[in-house]
Amino acid sequence: MRATNFPVVRGALFSFALLLAPLAASAQAIGYDGARHFLNRVGFGATDAEVREYAGLTRTQAVDRVLAGARREATLPPPAFVETPPLPFYKYREMNEEDRKRQQRLTIEQGLQLREWWLREMLSSPSPFTERMTLFWHNHFATGQQKVRNGQLMHAQNALLRREALGNFGTLLHAVAKDPAMLIYLDNAGSRRQAPNENFAREVMELFTLGEGHGYGERDIQEAARAFTGWSLDRDTLKFMFRPAFHDGGEKTVLGRTGRFDGDEVLDILLARPEAAEFVTTKLWKEFVSPTPDGSEVKRLAAVFRDKRYEVKPLMRAMLASDAFWAPEQRGALIKSPLDLVVGTLRTFEIRPASLRPAVLASTVLGQNPMSPPNVKGWPGGEAWINSATLLGRKQLLDRLFRGTDAMPEAAPMMAAAAVDDAKAEATPTPEARLRRAMERGMQTYAFDWDRWSRTVDRSSSVESLALAAPAVNAAPEGAQGLELVRHLVSDPAYQLK
Amino acid sequence: MKRRDFLRYSAAVPLLGTWGSVAFAAPAGGTRNLLVLVELKGGNDGLNTVVPYADPAYRRLRARTAIERDAVLQLTPDAGLNPGLEKLMPVWSAKQLAIVQGLGYPQPNLSHFRSIEIWDTASKSEEYLDDGWLARAFARSPSPASFAADGVVVGAADMGPLNGAGRAIALTNPEQFLRNARLARDAGATKNASLAHILRVEREIVQSAEKLDAGRRFETAFPTGPFGNAIRTAAQLAANPAGIAVIRVTLGGFDTHANQLGTHANLMRQLGEGLGALREALIEAGRWETTVVATYSEFGRRPASNQSGGTDHGTASAHLVMGGKVRGGLYGAAPKLDRLDGNGNLPFAVDFRSYYATILDRWWGMDANAALQGRFPTLEFLV
Repeated sequence: MRATNFPVVRGALFSFALLLAPLAASAQAIGYDGARHFLNRVGFGATDAEVREYAGLTRTQAVDRVLAGARREATLPPPAFVETPPLPFYKYREMNEEDRKRQQRLTIEQGLQLREWWLREMLSSPSPFTERMTLFWHNHFATGQQKVRNGQLMHAQNALLRREALGNFGTLLHAVAKDPAMLIYLDNAGSRRQAPNENFAREVMELFTLGEGHGYGERDIQEAARAFTGWSLDRDTLKFMFRPAFHDGGEKTVLGRTGRFDGDEVLDILLARPEAAEFVTTKLWKEFVSPTPDGSEVKRLAAVFRDKRYEVKPLMRAMLASDAFWAPEQRGALIKSPLDLVVGTLRTFEIRPASLRPAVLASTVLGQNPMSPPNVKGWPGGEAWINSATLLGRKQLLDRLFRGTDAMPEAAPMMAAAAVDDAKAEATPTPEARLRRAMERGMQTYAFDWDRWSRTVDRSSSVESLALAAPAVNAAPEGAQGLELVRHLVSDPAYQLK
Repeated sequence: MKRRDFLRYSAAVPLLGTWGSVAFAAPAGGTRNLLVLVELKGGNDGLNTVVPYADPAYRRLRARTAIERDAVLQLTPDAGLNPGLEKLMPVWSAKQLAIVQGLGYPQPNLSHFRSIEIWDTASKSEEYLDDGWLARAFARSPSPASFAADGVVVGAADMGPLNGAGRAIALTNPEQFLRNARLARDAGATKNASLAHILRVEREIVQSAEKLDAGRRFETAFPTGPFGNAIRTAAQLAANPAGIAVIRVTLGGFDTHANQLGTHANLMRQLGEGLGALREALIEAGRWETTVVATYSEFGRRPASNQSGGTDHGTASAHLVMGGKVRGGLYGAAPKLDRLDGNGNLPFAVDFRSYYATILDRWWGMDANAALQGRFPTLEFLV
């Protein structure tokens, strides 16, 4: 009797254990290290208080809380100039040399104001995740102020990216294709049926949907370019305008389908391809999980993305709750971008400067000038962030931020000497040199305040756990504590990881 | 199989999969010639750089983007330089400027990113390689241990043909590099690939900084602007007492889809003045005879101009090589404007890997076939 009962009991226990096993990890609280990992990946740094607040949540609770906080609009009002009408290009061309110069200076100044506003939003938004996703889409649909040369249009695109940041990718793609800044950046605004400009048609396949080499050819690009002809701008308002006279209404064959397609229909043909969901999912994986995508996981997540008709939230919920995201080997597996480093450091160490212009310049010097990606492919990211020049720049920045107030009198003459060296080396300063100097001067107003900050850190928290995503490479000097310990941690190579 | 052959093959096999990371021992002493690469980023318009001014098809295809015949700096009855390259005319007269026309590759890719990747890695059109062609060459044949670095990238974030090279650094100017290098330290090993990359860069900084001397000043006047500054840095590096095998500088802005003439003229002037100053500085530093300067770009531009007064992505293009040991003249083949492909683009005359093979084989005495994974005939532009 016992003998017959045993297997049943054991079987029941076994199935109970099976039920429990997958629950175990996801039902447990993520703890301090888990919360630190999560918040640094979905946002830009995190304070000790924020990390402690999330430490008691389960994975799904943490993910759902961040998703529930997603916004469609920025919290801070944009710079006032965005309400003024943009300057039409023909008016710029009619200007004399002096007025053009003045206009160029104004455009540069407005571009800086816009970046400062965005960095402030990253730093103070209750939903840094919204800003991280907005930045992700900015990198995906990379558009640069250096060619658009218009702060109003760059702001309008930024608002569009935020509106759909956690909305729908299909909606976003259709809207970006008609976005004035994009129409200028990829030359579609002047594309006519007599001679279609292929720039947008090529990049929409290569960079926005399918990925390089994924099932399309030169012929598809040329045919698609015909469909986008006529998507143009009103020359006075610089708003989107369809110009029927420019449009090629003839039959086109794109990816094996033939019809008298317009641009929207071509975008739908691209969205219907499974490659599109996989391409975008892979890119998100590299942004949030690890530099080396797991093929089967990407396929599983891409299927979620397609099933939900390109809704971004369900995809991000599945990705952020996945075992892969939480796996110990992924802690510290990503290299911080310049914005991660700059904004994340200000946020984690509660450095709240009056002006964020030096922070914008610092990120630029380190290789990430927001609103000005290097080209339409965006920032390559990952290991490409770090070379000898940028790594030294990062160390110099951190050295300066954490120098501490008592070191300032000594530092000032050193920096003055450095500036003289610079001036000697570069009799005619390059824009880069001017930028670096402006950044260095501005950074003197940024200082980490150990006394104030240390009072915000709970006694039970470890400063190393808060600051580093992976164990420090270099052991701290014996008995190091306080400011000295923080300086040691931020100068460690592991501080470059998230 | 003879025993000797067997030994040779078995020694070669492990190298096949991982040769990018195989470290051959660096010779302790010795020297190596310098290569200065000038990247023309964005796809330089070869037809408006080396202009086929006598070809009626040129003027027909270039309704709004042709260079006036009278303005062209004539080299031969068929070819002339863009007027912005005036400073290169003395180099041409001295027979130390080689022009290679029709550089390209089969099955051309018209994407900036993919095509420059092909040029940087010296891959086939449909082949994806991680390491740059120079990184592969230096992995097999390292520069002398006394050298400061295999390569230095000036003022750009991407390592290009030096991607994956063990001893390559990037900097904007040497003074600043040295000032900051004190913050780097040589640290241990790790399994985390991202961290391993950071530690490797730290090690390169420490090792290079010990051997860089930023003190060099020149009589030569360098042009103003970012490219002029990059050229000055290149000259300082060329004059560094500890050797450097490759210096890469970049001039950007060549993606001239619209209103090309003015933009391109300005770029050509920057290029011409920059290269002119570089030559003068190399002569001043006594390095003109041991330096070759060569341009490259992801592609040329389409022969027919577009409706926006610009040109779209093309294929084959002309490139410039100069140096004290360069045999001046025209190489390759003049553009065949009557034989365009289905996209309206030029057929290539010389595989870009022949361009590289000439440098590897004739300039450095390396095994070009091994580094380029194939046989590419060398050109005659080096004495």
